Amino acid sequence: MTVQPTPASATPEGGHLLELRDLHVEFRTNEGVARVINGVSYHLDAGETLAVLGESGSGKSVTAQAIMGILDTPPAFVRSGQILYQGQDLLTQSEEQRRQVRGKEIAMIFQDALSALNPVFPVGWQIGETLRQRAGLSRSDARRRAIELMDLVKIPGAAKRIGDYPHQFSGGMRQRVMIAMALALDPKVLIADEPTTALDVTVQAQIMDLLADLRQERDMAMILITHDLGVVAGVADRIAVMYAGRIVEHADVRSLYKAPAHPYTKGLLESIPRLDVRGEELSTIKGLPPNLMRIPSGCPFHPRCPYVQQVCVDVVPHDLVLGDGRTSACHFAQEVRDDSAAR
Amino acid sequence: MSDFETVAATENQAARRGPSGEPGTPNQVGAANKPRSLAGDAWRDLRRNPIFWISLALVVIFTLMALLPGVFTANNPNDCLLSRQHAGPSGGAIFGYDFQGCDTYSRAVYGTRASLLVGALAALGTGIIALVIGMLAGYFGRWVDAVLSRVIDVVLGIPLLLAAIVLLKRVSSDSQWARIGAVVFVLALLGWTTAARVVRSSVITAKEQDYVAAARMLGAGNSRIMWRHILPNSLAPVIVVLTIALGSFIAAEATLSFLGIGLKAPTISWGQDIDTGRIHMREAATPLIVPSAFLALTVLAFIMLGDAIRDAFDPKLR
Amino acid sequence: MFRYILRRLLQMVLAFFGTTLIVYALTFAGQGDPIQALAGERPVTPAQRAYLTEKYNLDQTGVGGFFYRYFDYVKDLLQGNLGESLTGRSIGDILQQAWPVTVRLALIALAVAIIFGVSAGVIAGIRRASIFDNSTLVLTLLVLGIPTIVLAPLAQYFLGVKWQLFPPTAGSDPTFYALLLPGIVLGSLSLATALRLTRASVAENLRADYVRTARSKGLVKRRIVIVHVLRNSLIPVVTFLGVELGNLMSGAIITEGVFNIPGVGFNLFRGIRTEDGPLVVGIVSVLVVVYLVSNLVVDVLYAVLDPRIRYE
Repeated sequence: MTVQPTPASATPEGGHLLELRDLHVEFRTNEGVARVINGVSYHLDAGETLAVLGESGSGKSVTAQAIMGILDTPPAFVRSGQILYQGQDLLTQSEEQRRQVRGKEIAMIFQDALSALNPVFPVGWQIGETLRQRAGLSRSDARRRAIELMDLVKIPGAAKRIGDYPHQFSGGMRQRVMIAMALALDPKVLIADEPTTALDVTVQAQIMDLLADLRQERDMAMILITHDLGVVAGVADRIAVMYAGRIVEHADVRSLYKAPAHPYTKGLLESIPRLDVRGEELSTIKGLPPNLMRIPSGCPFHPRCPYVQQVCVDVVPHDLVLGDGRTSACHFAQEVRDDSAAR
Repeated sequence: MSDFETVAATENQAARRGPSGEPGTPNQVGAANKPRSLAGDAWRDLRRNPIFWISLALVVIFTLMALLPGVFTANNPNDCLLSRQHAGPSGGAIFGYDFQGCDTYSRAVYGTRASLLVGALAALGTGIIALVIGMLAGYFGRWVDAVLSRVIDVVLGIPLLLAAIVLLKRVSSDSQWARIGAVVFVLALLGWTTAARVVRSSVITAKEQDYVAAARMLGAGNSRIMWRHILPNSLAPVIVVLTIALGSFIAAEATLSFLGIGLKAPTISWGQDIDTGRIHMREAATPLIVPSAFLALTVLAFIMLGDAIRDAFDPKLR
Repeated sequence: MFRYILRRLLQMVLAFFGTTLIVYALTFAGQGDPIQALAGERPVTPAQRAYLTEKYNLDQTGVGGFFYRYFDYVKDLLQGNLGESLTGRSIGDILQQAWPVTVRLALIALAVAIIFGVSAGVIAGIRRASIFDNSTLVLTLLVLGIPTIVLAPLAQYFLGVKWQLFPPTAGSDPTFYALLLPGIVLGSLSLATALRLTRASVAENLRADYVRTARSKGLVKRRIVIVHVLRNSLIPVVTFLGVELGNLMSGAIITEGVFNIPGVGFNLFRGIRTEDGPLVVGIVSVLVVVYLVSNLVVDVLYAVLDPRIRYE
């Protein structure tokens, strides 16, 4: 794990910049209660990038929205847990206190920038709104600053495009607008929720590079939420893999790629086409993600797991610490890792 | 226009909720690939909805009244004596007598027949036009669709009441059936657009289904595919729309009769009786209130019934 | 924007010729004696017959004659020359007197719809599935389902005659107070539709992704609702109200007839009742133009409000 020096003022000694402890979130609907997040814990230090990986429905976006405090309640309810930011539990704070954190301390960008931007306001206005409302800038100052921010995210002709509307931009440019908006108040943490999923492959790479550069320049911490292992490799320091609302594996990027210690991670890695291995058939993970209203007993992954034993059906696996700060929530973590390493 | 206020408004609403905006709206009713759970859910919703039961009961009562008015009143609605003008209740005449000295209640009961007849025939005519146009547009697509969709736009843009006035002014015959036919014709001619859009979008949905492709591969011709495979799919949503339209048509007929260009005596029509009652409201109010209540309840019953069914099939709207 | 307006304008011109042709053909084409068709069942005096023959060029015959007469009619219509009613009054004069009254009534009705319909719709949309929301849904369905020919006379009877809260009829040169009850009756339908539309639109926009973005920017909730959600939700509502104003301006035949308000609708009502063909055709022709123009204005309004359409 890469530990970067953290400014003492930002974080109480020994603590992390952001830490989730045993977070539980459920959705109460007419059809029943869906347990979307079931005891998620992870942490983020200043200046590092954590990738949260998982299929859709694994709870990675809901976790992020819980951190931001922008879950729709109802149906979503945080049942228990803590979200510590600079040692303060956000969940015990008032709505007004949490609002102050949003954008200024922790900012977020979303997957589909077209729908995430308000269609009836010019982009410059939307970037400037944050500055006017939160930082008290005047209209003309906000406008000037918005142009600077658009320059920063490399939108060509920023001064000319400031009056344009979201639908007049290309997908990549729209996502840059989103990024500019999120950076407006110099947040310490940026949560990027599948920032490149809606984009073309070439544009994906540009946006990821931009995010990596910006993070480095401003010494921001970043949570990168994605389902795409390829996106993660060059950018992230650590990876947390989520399945059915739990973190099933947590490791630094290098060791996770080299030898995944959870069958789910292993399956994900094996389903990526590789250029260096010829002739082998691409494997996939059989079965479907679980219905969150009826999560399987024991290890939630057991119906799809090639390593399944009786114990997996009966007993919920705890996080097994494997050294190097790695954990894996699998009864056979050692075997899986050794198995992966052997290949 | 603003005097078909009811029709226009409900129609607007149907159009807005209908295929143009949300493609999901009424065609979900007919999305036959998963009908069991959908229909089952809808029925469960409906069973718990008091509005559904009340409106259904009213529809049944008014239908019976139209078929067998004699069961509901013993008095002859045309048995009028000027000496009884605006007289109070007596005998079977529980609401007293009107300006002409006819039994107010009996006339309202007998008025049901013409109203429901016009409404039902207009809805039937609308359904036929809508099915033909909607099927052609939806099934053949391309230029057929382009042309027919423009036609729908144009007809939808015609102010309903003004057009009805212009059309009905030309009917000079006073025979009962000629007038009923003319009103039905005018309503169907102007009122089919919403239903046609619904049919069109459900046909487009059905056309994409695998079983239609399969039928085509097995060599079924266009007419057979349309008749056997696509028509049944479009029926459910169009029936819901027509239920609501039926209510609007009854209101429209009454409005035309109220203006004096719809049904005329000897046909008994609520619209006319409301007009007569209105003129003499200062002398006696019941001859105004009774047919008004009958008309309002009938129209509401159909509109609420259709609305309840549609909501049940498409809970997203709630 | 300019091209958009130009295209709409062109469409309107086409629609104008299409609609007027239909109105004209339906009124005059075909059957028997066109003058008798105009007058309905009333006897026609020789003087009237001579006037009508000249006015509508009925001495020309055949298809060519039909189009000759049609273009003549359009020319007259565009010049504001609407001819005379069977009672000998200039239809232009009648409309000139009637329109201010109708416009006042329409504005009252629209104000009722905006003040009560839009605000209740916003509340219902924000508090979906609440008691307030459910009761407005039922109430608006009731209003939508009750025909005006029931609502107007009953309101007149109960509120005007029986409890005497409002003047039951307006008469010539009506006061604001006299127009209030008819305005409410007329506006109740627009109110119900505006309410339902606003509710649906607000509810939909509250779930939009950009609301989540606005929250993540740390904006206060009130600002999110008032600036972001309302600005989007009101696009269809404003459009609807624009169409509705056009409809209301064309006169409310039933409402004006029942409350004896000497507006456009009332004159049409009387024209139908007295079988005054030229009056009906003249008013209907003008109303068609009003309808088309108001639709054009609404289209432009829509483009002003929604940038996605403006740059189409």
